[in-house]
Amino acid sequence: MATFHFEIASPERLLFSGEVDQVDVPGSEGDFGVLAGHAPLVAMLRPGILTVTIGGEQQRIVVLGGFAEVGPTGLTVLADVATSVEDIDRAALAAEISAMEARVKEMEQGSLLDREIAKLDHFKALQTHLTGTAMH
Amino acid sequence: MASLKDMRVRLASTKATQKITKAMQMVAASKLRRAQAAAEAARPYAERMEKVLSSIASTVADINSAPKLLAGTGQDQVHLLVVCTAERGLCGAFNSSIVRLAREKINALLADGKTVKILCVGRKGADQLRRQHSSRIIEVIELRVKTLGFEHAQKVSSKIIALYENGEFDVATLFFSRFKSVISQIPTALQVIPPVFDAAPVDGGASASYEYEPDELDILGELLPRNITVQVFRALLENAASEQGARMSAMDNATRNAGEMIRKQTITYNRTRQAMITKELIEIISGAEAL
Repeated sequence: MATFHFEIASPERLLFSGEVDQVDVPGSEGDFGVLAGHAPLVAMLRPGILTVTIGGEQQRIVVLGGFAEVGPTGLTVLADVATSVEDIDRAALAAEISAMEARVKEMEQGSLLDREIAKLDHFKALQTHLTGTAMH
Repeated sequence: MASLKDMRVRLASTKATQKITKAMQMVAASKLRRAQAAAEAARPYAERMEKVLSSIASTVADINSAPKLLAGTGQDQVHLLVVCTAERGLCGAFNSSIVRLAREKINALLADGKTVKILCVGRKGADQLRRQHSSRIIEVIELRVKTLGFEHAQKVSSKIIALYENGEFDVATLFFSRFKSVISQIPTALQVIPPVFDAAPVDGGASASYEYEPDELDILGELLPRNITVQVFRALLENAASEQGARMSAMDNATRNAGEMIRKQTITYNRTRQAMITKELIEIISGAEAL
């Protein structure tokens, strides 16, 4: 199977760089998979889990928003926050969610509120997913 | 001539100073290691961001419909200079070399009849610029933090963007010191609004027309402010590393100079002491002879 170059960087550091088979990216309009030879694409990310497949092995990385760019040289993900699933701080995530809930309650009606609610939903989905897999 | 006691006091004070500079040098060295690692870890993101942005910018069909952050206001009358310096002194020429570069730019712009506004990040630069250009400083942001985070950069960049959207300026330039090595930091000016991309995008970037999800303007609208934050973040990190590097070599010099002073003072002290003893001996002997 053909491989392609994949890089994921957060402002603090470069998390991963190398040849991979497939990457599943949580896009803002829905998840999409990237294989070698994908058409050029720029997409926004939503908070979610990004799955990297290298030779049959899967590696999962939590991203909290950012961008993905598929270009002639490969896929580049610029994430706001990127942590591998094993390292993520569940307590910090829960704290973030409760802070957001408090914020949403105080906000006035408007597109800003809608956006915040959508973000909160993504975070909650992410949390359910993480705690769900932790139990298995 | 100074008495022996005065010389002893002076020698003791030089030694105490040397101890302080030595300690500062060691503290700077350990902070430098951390700052340098942080600056280097942040480089890939900033570089890739620039690459992605430049390849998107090159495919934007109509530059006039592009967001103002990319295309600029179409004028260059009002310039905003964001001068990033340290919060503390005692780091050699670090602060003054950034300020000197900024000052040259200010004078050049003023000579061209442009309006200049200054946003200072870091107290030291503000102190130095205030002497000549206090009326042009619109705000001073102090960053007294232990470890520099992305949110600090966000604070600065959101201020810059808010000013831009209120039409306060046309062109923004960042001033900071690029960290090259411990002994070499290069004061740098980087224009962030509108962004300048060096050369053409790499191999076939222009021919690849991207699909956007959601649409192009939404993405550019998100990407451009973020790019500014990233550039500010990078500037701050480079600055932090440069500051520690500059302090380390400045304090190393100071320690060495103090050592040299101690050596000279000790020699003079001993000579004077011996001269005093000789003088006393002569007095005693000549007194005895007179009897």
